[in-house]
Amino acid sequence: MIAVCRLEDLPEGESVRVDTSPPIAVFRTDDGDLYAIDDTCSHQDASLSEGWLEGCLVECPLHAASFDLRTGMPTCLPARRPVGTHRVSVEDGVVHVHVAAREGSAA
Amino acid sequence: MRTVAVVGAALSGLYAARELRDQGFGGRLVIIGDEDHPPYDRPPLSKDFLTGRVDEERLALCDAEERAALDAEWLLGVRARGLDAPGRSVLLDDGRAVHADGVVIATGASARRLPGRGLAGVHTLRTLDDARALRADLTRGTRRVVVIGGGFIGAETASACAALGHAVTVVEAAPLPLVPQLGAEMAAVCAGLHRHAGTALVTGASVAALHGTDAVTAVALRNGRILPADVVVVGIGAVPNTGWLAGSPLVVDDGVRCDHGCVTSLPHVVAVGDVARVDGTRAEHWTSATEQPRAAVANLLAGKTVRSAGTVPYFWSDQYGARIQFAGRRREGDTVHITEGGVVDGAPGADGLLARYRRDGRTTAVLAVDRPRPFARARRELLRAAEPARLAPS
Repeated sequence: MIAVCRLEDLPEGESVRVDTSPPIAVFRTDDGDLYAIDDTCSHQDASLSEGWLEGCLVECPLHAASFDLRTGMPTCLPARRPVGTHRVSVEDGVVHVHVAAREGSAA
Repeated sequence: MRTVAVVGAALSGLYAARELRDQGFGGRLVIIGDEDHPPYDRPPLSKDFLTGRVDEERLALCDAEERAALDAEWLLGVRARGLDAPGRSVLLDDGRAVHADGVVIATGASARRLPGRGLAGVHTLRTLDDARALRADLTRGTRRVVVIGGGFIGAETASACAALGHAVTVVEAAPLPLVPQLGAEMAAVCAGLHRHAGTALVTGASVAALHGTDAVTAVALRNGRILPADVVVVGIGAVPNTGWLAGSPLVVDDGVRCDHGCVTSLPHVVAVGDVARVDGTRAEHWTSATEQPRAAVANLLAGKTVRSAGTVPYFWSDQYGARIQFAGRRREGDTVHITEGGVVDGAPGADGLLARYRRDGRTTAVLAVDRPRPFARARRELLRAAEPARLAPS
């Protein structure tokens, strides 16, 4: 579990990049929901935390591939592979990411 | 329409094939490609592929599953040599002919070469085979690299070579590289990226000859200067692959001329990507190659122009760790103002910049260096402003 920032430091419609390896992007949607996905676009090297947030979708800033924050699934080309998703919680006003085990990594 | 031939198996050809199936074309689909490789993505070739951060597997534009779903006949490693319009056939180099009621021309462009015989160590960078050969030359210890041409391919290649630890010199014929694309002010700022990274930039210099017997040893400039070189990369633009259309009724003039919906002078032939001169403009942009096929295929299937391919041009470039993004149509005489970030010591500052080009009080184009969010907002504004034109009846 990684502490990201205080909830009030992540306004609605904003995102923050966590320098894990690989990095993770945490989003707070306009509805106030929190989501975390792998930050690097599954298409090419671009940071999704810098992407365009619309509802539960984030659009990659480089080639406009779009991902569903809830599932990590791409909703359009050029991305064809999903990005990983991670659970987010708020404890004592602090946003935490629970990094999901990766395929092939030791559980 | 029973058979559609897509001539060209790269980005725009693949997107056209996808569109044909997505838009309900259930007939025979033949995809003809002159390279042996299934569709792959070219932008990384001058960036992460050269530095070894991205391998060939990651360049694939589609996997076996998608290829199966497209239900197409792939004729790879064979070149189209003619379009027999009255016979409605695409003629192939190996003597075969593909009869087709509809044709999508997606033959792209080829790297422009310097005249003269080929010397070892001299490269162009357009195809996967080009990139493999250059990468192999760059892994043989520290080399003196001369890049001829300071455009995007040249600058990205120089950046990759510098990242690999080679000594790099860029030779540009114009007083500044990228002026046609960015305008003089912003071109000067981007040229600063070379200098900051330790790449020598020689401008206003044209190449007289390449020296060497078997392998290149130096680049001789017209001003008499000799630049010793182990590796030379020629990045002086690309020419549209239209030679095979000689003798066809199509109008070829810096690309295949087509209307705003990618339809050529023949209603059953459309053109997309780098080879297509759409409504007077030939764009060598990745995004154009992915967007044009939607309109082109709709028009091909309709038998007339029902949809416009017009959009706001967009391109990007990665150089020396900086990400340059540009959208819009800049014209000579537009003013440019940096509205976010700034210039430090003649190059984009560490926190990047956003510059707006304006004419008559309206934003015509926007340039960003490492400012993806503000750039996305500005690009959306440009798209919204262009919307009425895009929706105009044909």
